[in-house]
Amino acid sequence: MFVTPAFAETTPTDGTTTETGVAHGEGHGGVFPPFDPSTFASQLLWLAITFGLFYMFMNKVIVPRVGGILEHRRDRIAQDLGEANRLKEESDNAIAAYEQELATARKKAGEIAQSARDKAKASADAERARTEAELAERMVAAEASIADIKSKALADVDAIAEDAATSLVKHLLGGAVTKTEVAAAIRAAAAK
Amino acid sequence: MATEKVDPIHQFHINKIIPIDIGGLDLSFTNSSLFMVIVVALAGGFLYLTTANRGLIPSRLQSVSEMSYEFVASMLRDGAGTQGMRFFPLVFSLFMFVLVANLVGMFPYFFTITSHIIVTFALSMLVVGTVVVYGFWKHGLHFFNLFVPQGVPMLLMPLVVMIEVISFLSRPISLSVRLFANMLAGHITLKVFAGFVFSLGSLGALGVGAAILPLLMTVALTGLEFLVAFLQAYVFAVLTCMYLNDALHPGH
Repeated sequence: MFVTPAFAETTPTDGTTTETGVAHGEGHGGVFPPFDPSTFASQLLWLAITFGLFYMFMNKVIVPRVGGILEHRRDRIAQDLGEANRLKEESDNAIAAYEQELATARKKAGEIAQSARDKAKASADAERARTEAELAERMVAAEASIADIKSKALADVDAIAEDAATSLVKHLLGGAVTKTEVAAAIRAAAAK
Repeated sequence: MATEKVDPIHQFHINKIIPIDIGGLDLSFTNSSLFMVIVVALAGGFLYLTTANRGLIPSRLQSVSEMSYEFVASMLRDGAGTQGMRFFPLVFSLFMFVLVANLVGMFPYFFTITSHIIVTFALSMLVVGTVVVYGFWKHGLHFFNLFVPQGVPMLLMPLVVMIEVISFLSRPISLSVRLFANMLAGHITLKVFAGFVFSLGSLGALGVGAAILPLLMTVALTGLEFLVAFLQAYVFAVLTCMYLNDALHPGH
């Protein structure tokens, strides 16, 4: 109120004022400007207007926008990580499938080799068994013929021994013995 | 004119640009109002334009905006918890407003709006008002638990409650005076040392040589004042977060 006249004078020359402000400072009656209550109402009003607008602008535009940017980036990173994990899992699965395939192929090859070996062995066994059976058969036949020949020969030996014994008795003792006596004697001698 | 002494207080004078008088109340548009508009336009314009591309990979200026956002967000989360994030627009606006106002004030011939106690007091009353209104709205009379710390012997209780009440009431004062006094004192000191350069320089050759010392001091102080400008904005925002924490969790 008491300052107003002084201000009214300063405003027109405001553009050129630098040092002249000192004089106006004294025009305030020595009040330290930050503590000059006459300016409070104006400062409060304009602070309320400017800060209010600033707050509304931050609240409605800037905060949602920057928050959105940051959230979008976070989502995008999470999504990319998820995608990378998915791809890794896929490649892991492919490797596992490949290894399983390889294992079955190896097993199959082993089986084939094994069956071929078994077949060869079986046929060799059969051949050998056949041959052995044939040989055994032949051996049996040979043994039978030997036994036959032997028994025939043994029968001949008895007859020869009888003849020889009969003639020996005749020549040595001059008597005659019957055929049955000689045979009994030979049998007794052979049993001894 | 040139020999006139340098007045370090002159920079704080408020001059009317458009006189407005409503019912005897002086509501003029002053240089202070002009710089409020400049601060808001600068801060708002910077944040608006740098984030206009919404880049997935931020440009340099966009990351400045994002950094200030995340800086305040982590400050608020640490100070007042996740629930405190509902006050984020307020704290972010306060921080950006005070920071840009302090930085703008560092330019020669520019007015520093935070060097006026009424501005900082209004801002701190806004904070404390928010705390009180939200505290009562959310907790009702339980908000008074703020003044009753747990685990204090009954005998000491009246004393402790009194101390708590006084400390609560002094908050808006300490919050506003801290910012105001820092800005005011810094600008006066700068002006005084710069004034030494000017008055020594006008003394002739010897004076010019001697003027180098206050000049170096002025340069160093300018660096310090930029630090203070940021630091005071940070302190203001941190304390705001702590006070808001009381509104959210009054039971300590």
